[in-house]
Amino acid sequence: MKTPLPRSRPCINWSLMLGILLIACASLGLNPAHADSRAGATLAQQGGSGISACVSCHGARGEGQAATGFPRLAGQPQAYLLRQMQAFADGTRKNPMMEPIARALSAQQMRDLADHYAGLPGWSAPVKTGSPDPAAAPGPRLATAGNWDKEIPACFACHGPGGAGIAPHFPAITGQPRAYTRTQLKAWQAGTRSNDSQGLMKSVADRMTDADIEAVSLYLENPAATGRSE
Amino acid sequence: MPIWLRTWIQGMKQTGRFHPSWILLVVLTTLVVAGIVWIPTQMVSKTQPESLADARAVPASNTPASATEEESAAAKKTHAPAGASLASATADFTPPDIDDLPDGDFGDAVRLGRNIFNDTQTYARAYVGNGLNCVNCHLDAGRKADSGPLWAAFGMFPTYREKNSQVNTYEDRLAGCFRFSMNGKEPPRGSKELVALMSYSYWMSRGAPIGVELKGRGYPKLAAPAQPADTARGKKIYEANCAICHGADGLGTRLSDGRYAFPPLWGDDSFNAGAGMTQVHNAAAFIRANMPLGQGNTLTEQEAWDVAKFMNSHPRPADPRRAKS
Repeated sequence: MKTPLPRSRPCINWSLMLGILLIACASLGLNPAHADSRAGATLAQQGGSGISACVSCHGARGEGQAATGFPRLAGQPQAYLLRQMQAFADGTRKNPMMEPIARALSAQQMRDLADHYAGLPGWSAPVKTGSPDPAAAPGPRLATAGNWDKEIPACFACHGPGGAGIAPHFPAITGQPRAYTRTQLKAWQAGTRSNDSQGLMKSVADRMTDADIEAVSLYLENPAATGRSE
Repeated sequence: MPIWLRTWIQGMKQTGRFHPSWILLVVLTTLVVAGIVWIPTQMVSKTQPESLADARAVPASNTPASATEEESAAAKKTHAPAGASLASATADFTPPDIDDLPDGDFGDAVRLGRNIFNDTQTYARAYVGNGLNCVNCHLDAGRKADSGPLWAAFGMFPTYREKNSQVNTYEDRLAGCFRFSMNGKEPPRGSKELVALMSYSYWMSRGAPIGVELKGRGYPKLAAPAQPADTARGKKIYEANCAICHGADGLGTRLSDGRYAFPPLWGDDSFNAGAGMTQVHNAAAFIRANMPLGQGNTLTEQEAWDVAKFMNSHPRPADPRRAKS
């Protein structure tokens, strides 16, 4: 710091120094509130005290489990993931498995995990396989156009083109296990999940019939499989 | 009766200058004047929700307030028979299913029209100067009642509009949307874009009566607010209900490809100052009936007025008619 400075403009140079120092601190992670996705990865793999390893249910790469309906976490918006953990902890999202885990997580651990999973690659459509399930028939319509006769907007109006999510508030919904989407829509209806901003999901879910829910859950699991992925 | 009046009447009696039948005369005169002026106004305003606003706009046709781009598709209707009852002036209409499209050349034009409507950024790029799509203000691909549905607008043209002081065809009306709401330029009459949009609207309104006010047309007009619309209250309503999609800065939410997932409400990429949505009564009516998306009619009317006022208190591209003068 004792390098000779040009006499003419010392003030500017000092503020420049301060700026560089601040940037350096930030990039080295000295800011204590900064999330650490590496710490998040370790926690996800190994778990911790009262925290089971995330990978055991959500998959090695956060891809979820279709058979059991554990959701995909990979590629979801960081803010969304963080809010879900907070919701499990404060009871606005009821889930017997996640609630105790979320309560055991520190605020820092939540941020680390959210950072980790947000950084993993999101869902991409697999090659078209099998024949479309007839129960999914109204699904594409609901997802892409909605049903305004019942004031149901298109899923993709808020969850983005292709249902890929719009950070920070609207998660990706395509590529989620059908059992997961179905359970969530019913949870909005029942009020056991109430952490939606402004009740936006609650008001939509309340207008959906069981057949609507079934169709859209099937469709969103893999839009390509229904032959119309608009 | 106030003392001064009683004193006056007694004074009149004493001086012989007053006769009680004068009272009857005054009352009758008032009723006759009311009958000529006030009652027809009321009846006209019921059948023609826009007529009073139009009348107000006439004397100041160079002000932005009269720059009426009725995005509500509530074209200015001045030829309805005065005194027609509400029941006979509106009719119900159910548009066809959005996927129930015809085949052949007509079907192709209708499909292109629908595509332009939903994704104006792609299908009519050359005529768009902002980040919006038609469907942003005309929900459900222009099909939703109370959201400026195409099927209710189509049969109301041609009509005279104060906006440009001439008889407008439906094609003229569509072109105007591009100039003002889309802040772009009018597609040439007969261009494939306008032909497609007209085909789409025609298809959607087939079977609807022509020249008849259909229920759900435009945006449902709101009564004047109990309290004057207020920007400060509107800001709070905006933050609580609108910012999640339209952004804390009102500039919309963009996708990684630069397109808008949620439209900007002001700023360079929004509608210009000549658009109908810049009129607080239009914006309030749209918001009340349709916003937040999927939660129409949940804000109070006062909240809709306040938040509309707040939205329109922000800068946006200039009215092209004023920019050139």
